[in-house]
Amino acid sequence: MTTAVSVAGLVKRFGRTRALDGLDLEVRTGEVHGLLGPNGAGKSTTIRVLLGLLRADAGTVRLLEGDPWRDIATLHRRLAYVPGDVSLWPNLTGGEVIDLLGRLRGGLDPNRRADLLARFELDPTTKCRAYSKGNRQKVALVAALASDVELLLLDEPTAGLDPLMDAVFREYITQDRDRGRTVLLSSHILSEVEALADRVTIIRAGKAVDSGTLTDLRHLTRTAVVADLAAPPDGIAAMPGVHGVEVRGNRLRADVDTDRLGDVLRQLTALGVRSLTCQPPTLEELFLRHYADQLAGPREKVPA
Amino acid sequence: MTALLGTGALVRLALRRDRILLPVWIVVLVVSAAGSAAATIGLYSSVADRVQLATTVDNTSSLVALYGRIYDVTSLGEVSLFKMGGLGAAMVAVLTLLTVVRHTRTEEESGRLELLGATPVGRYAPLAAALAVAMGTSLVLGLVTALALIGVGLPAAGSVAFGMEWAGVGIAFAALAALAAQLTRSARIANGIAGATLAVVYVLRAVGDTASAGGPTWLSWLSPIGWAQQLRPYAGNRWWALAITLGFAVAATAGAVALAARRDLDAGLIHDRPGPAHASARLRGPFGLAWRLQRGLVLVWTASFVFGGVVIGGLAASVGDFLTGPQAQEFITELGGQQGLINAFLSAELAILAVIASVYGIQAALRMRSEETALHAEPVLATATGRIRWAWSHIVIALAGSAVMLTGAGLAAGVARAADTHDARDIARVLGGALVQVPAVWVLIGIVVALYGLAPRLVSAGWAVLVVFLLLGELGPLLKLRQWAMDLSPFTHVPRLPGAPVTVVPLIWLAVVAAGLTAAGLAGFRRRDIG
Repeated sequence: MTTAVSVAGLVKRFGRTRALDGLDLEVRTGEVHGLLGPNGAGKSTTIRVLLGLLRADAGTVRLLEGDPWRDIATLHRRLAYVPGDVSLWPNLTGGEVIDLLGRLRGGLDPNRRADLLARFELDPTTKCRAYSKGNRQKVALVAALASDVELLLLDEPTAGLDPLMDAVFREYITQDRDRGRTVLLSSHILSEVEALADRVTIIRAGKAVDSGTLTDLRHLTRTAVVADLAAPPDGIAAMPGVHGVEVRGNRLRADVDTDRLGDVLRQLTALGVRSLTCQPPTLEELFLRHYADQLAGPREKVPA
Repeated sequence: MTALLGTGALVRLALRRDRILLPVWIVVLVVSAAGSAAATIGLYSSVADRVQLATTVDNTSSLVALYGRIYDVTSLGEVSLFKMGGLGAAMVAVLTLLTVVRHTRTEEESGRLELLGATPVGRYAPLAAALAVAMGTSLVLGLVTALALIGVGLPAAGSVAFGMEWAGVGIAFAALAALAAQLTRSARIANGIAGATLAVVYVLRAVGDTASAGGPTWLSWLSPIGWAQQLRPYAGNRWWALAITLGFAVAATAGAVALAARRDLDAGLIHDRPGPAHASARLRGPFGLAWRLQRGLVLVWTASFVFGGVVIGGLAASVGDFLTGPQAQEFITELGGQQGLINAFLSAELAILAVIASVYGIQAALRMRSEETALHAEPVLATATGRIRWAWSHIVIALAGSAVMLTGAGLAAGVARAADTHDARDIARVLGGALVQVPAVWVLIGIVVALYGLAPRLVSAGWAVLVVFLLLGELGPLLKLRQWAMDLSPFTHVPRLPGAPVTVVPLIWLAVVAAGLTAAGLAGFRRRDIG
């Protein structure tokens, strides 16, 4: 398995702020990788370093076996980028911008262009100044998806799209993955990443706090278990890896460490199970776990 | 009035954003006026000297066309400020028109006004705030200028009239820009409309002022610059002329308000039509894109330069018609050459065109910065286009565009001159005079590129550098500046052609300096962050 993007210890400072503070990221060839984090976590900065638009202050960055700062012209032929904030030349039409960006990248597929325009319901004869935010986003998406490239760098690509267009977008990304393209998708929309991404990196304040497949990540967390039993669930609360137990008669509700789930289920079966639901953690819960202290209140301001 | 609700807050916002820009403009203009007055008072203390100079100016069509007429040949004030009356007023007009468009159409085009418009802000508040700032600035400028001129020893009433001449032009063009900002969705085009109007009314008064008694002298009365000059500071102070300017401002403001009342946010009177669904074959690489973005500007500027060249070449024949006395000859010679009044006139006018071509060059080179800050550069640089190639696409248009304009003006002036003299060699002579200016213009483009690469936030300082060079050339000899200070300006080194001997060495040096600055800028741009 080769890597399309590998970043280690990446630091990027803007004046006194450290936008990226030792970030690690690995995107394997052929996967859809979700870069997940709230606003200001460093997602766009990471992508702009990968594009060679920003210069890394420290750390190593490899993109398609090249140096993104040095090998711009060769690397950029092999990738397409959709910025988070799409701003277009007001006096050019959408069609002209799509063709221009495609040609600058080294050509685009006219059939796919026509297909994308139809599916995204985009009028290419409109001047860019008249497009809404979502339509500007579609122009950038069509230009990127119609290009024959190995890697797509998408920075919150669906921020302005309606749910129907969002579905079209997901369809194309799934199709692209099946054709062997690599996709790095930054987002704060958890359901989107959950639906599309093979692997996820969660970043926070310029650092990667967690990375892996959703299964990997879930492994480190707890599964919610609700069971109706034949007898009162005595002794379950004392088992290792069982948390937040609520008992009402013969009914049990508990959060179980995923690697202890087998033991707990055996114990429950012994007691006699009438009904059982096990819910794996959603990405949202994973995400909240990493940001829980932030939600609880600003803890950065520890008095010196 | 709810339509004006929030105007005060918007005025404070505008003043906060322009807290450096506006004071700098005011200081530069006041210092120029007071400096040239102070220097002239020392040089022309005797009435006879002033009469001599003023008569010479009034009898030289090219000077009258450029600066305006001196109405009282004995007046110390008029002789001191004859250069600053018309040209200075045009600079004030540029200041206020840029200010108004910057706080109206630019805000609207960028979408920032939408954010503000959703707060309790009245429909006319942004327009009213922009006009209040621009007109207030004009008044402050007028008052400070008047005080400074009184301070250096000119008569009080005339000084106030001079200050009001400037303030009136500022107010008139603020109103005109407000009108232009309603017509189009693009701030760039709004600036273009207001700027072109300024150029047209400047030419109108030039034609009116130079017309003979039976000719179209009334043309001067169609021009806000003409009305301002008809105030005649230090030569009768005809205050009623101010009323025309203010009446025009009121009418233009009313027109702007009427248009603003009828249109939607982010709309203009000129509507967009659908364009091509596919890019043409020419819109290919970064150069195709840069040309597409800048071609309108290049064509309009080139056409204006050709027109300017025809006017200059045609006027040359009338130079020196009325000249008498050796001192008059000396005065003209001082303006820019050694042999022949016509050569001196042509080389002086071509030098002015070079300054104007620098305005284009700076504007074209600054496009790199506006493309970057508008996030237009990012998607292009994310393609196979390298940074240096992208930067070159805009630099080449600035360099080639300014060269083409000067060539066009030189050819047109040469042909017009040759039509008078029936000597085809004049075409080459005049064209040569225009071409030697090109390296000096390139130095200014080089300065902008260097700033862009090395200190992108300071890139607008390119304008300040041009103003300094311009003032060094216009006022340096009067203020008796040292040669090294004059040498800072690239325009000092240009041989005064036609007429003077052709000296190639300074031209090579200018080209080397321009190349060095460009290389330094590109090296810096290669290393820095985008955005």
